[in-house]
Amino acid sequence: MSEKPKLHYSNTRGRMESIRWLLAAAGVEFEECFLETKDDLTKLQKDGSLLFQQVPMVEIDGMKMVQTRAILNYIAAKYNLYGKDLKERALIDMYVEGITDLNELIITRYFQPADKKEEHFATLLDKATNRYFPVYEKVLKDHGRDFLVGNKLSRADVQLLETILMAEECKPDILAKFPLLQSFKARTSNIVTIKKFLQPGSQRKPPLQEKDIPRLMKIFH
Amino acid sequence: MAGKPKLHYSNGRGRMESIRWLLAAAGVEFEEEFIETKEDLEKLQNDGVLLFQQVPMVEIDGMKMVQTRAILNYIAAKYNLYGKDLKERAWIDMYVEGTTDLMGMIMYLPFQPADTKEKNLALIIERATTRYFPVYEKALKDHGHDYLVGNKLSWADIHLLEAILMTEECKPDILSAFPLLQAFKGRISNIPTIKKFLQPGSQRKPPTDDKTVAIVRKIFNF
Repeated sequence: MSEKPKLHYSNTRGRMESIRWLLAAAGVEFEECFLETKDDLTKLQKDGSLLFQQVPMVEIDGMKMVQTRAILNYIAAKYNLYGKDLKERALIDMYVEGITDLNELIITRYFQPADKKEEHFATLLDKATNRYFPVYEKVLKDHGRDFLVGNKLSRADVQLLETILMAEECKPDILAKFPLLQSFKARTSNIVTIKKFLQPGSQRKPPLQEKDIPRLMKIFH
Repeated sequence: MAGKPKLHYSNGRGRMESIRWLLAAAGVEFEEEFIETKEDLEKLQNDGVLLFQQVPMVEIDGMKMVQTRAILNYIAAKYNLYGKDLKERAWIDMYVEGTTDLMGMIMYLPFQPADTKEKNLALIIERATTRYFPVYEKALKDHGHDYLVGNKLSWADIHLLEAILMTEECKPDILSAFPLLQAFKGRISNIPTIKKFLQPGSQRKPPTDDKTVAIVRKIFNF
């Protein structure tokens, strides 16, 4: 367990960003190897480093881990961000899967065909404000605690913050009706490791720009 | 932990089938309440029992669990089908995510427009035989054991068997290049709890036909 984890992905958020967030929140330093051309991806595939020929791939603890959820589960458990027992894990998993569904709507918005973009965006905003955020607002309201599960920071809190910030990039006042999520956002952003990750110069990636999309499509399609 | 788990879903495979498989393999009896109309779904939503307004939902151990993976993770861990430590769990997770991706493709096939079906079926067969099955064949070859992880039955084995049988429904000889997977299939199918689940009259659901597609479209609005 000597070296730092090494992340293989394009120099973008995509499916690797949640992994960067979780490692950063856990205070784990990591290295990154960016795929810049299709040849970079092909090389990894030919090396036999990618179990299912896909990235994300994270070299960690002697394994070449693939599949975003598998990687996140491992990091969360290793760094005690996965609750104290089966029942807490069940709650964390439910909350995380909801966040992941919303996250998926957000990250796929760039790749919708032109005639579907507006509808997709409207669905994203509708689901965020009517399906997902009300759940987390209610959770916080019901127990009155600072963290979603078990009165302790878990991956659910980290992933919720990540998604809140991405949703705000879509619509800055998206938390207008969610006062507890607003204070959750401020509080969780102030956790030392997370605060550091939110500062310029960290390994956090910026939002995707339209001009980057053709380059990305070339690598992955 | 009184009462049997109770599954809420439509009377079809969909996202609930892997949960039925896992409970059955673990020897856990369960009840099912089928959603047959849009009103059935709306009732559940209005009752506030669906955290994100969606099914699957499983009533288990005092919880109303939603989100397929959360439910599967819980059952796997509770019934010792999730490996003995973090590293084994990592491998199980990686393998399960692969079979989830493959089965996900097959699950959507009946819902796709007729003119894309052939193309999508061809892609499923290509992915099964060049991306997914080679991985599991190699895993079995490399360690020579009966099970994928830790020389012990785990969720990964159950999920792989489910995926194999589903893929064979698309192309019966799909395992022709994978002798170890053929033996694996024979072996795992013979485990008493699984053998029972594979028999007629069990709670295993048949392949999704056009009638089910119509019902599901009406209930879930797509």
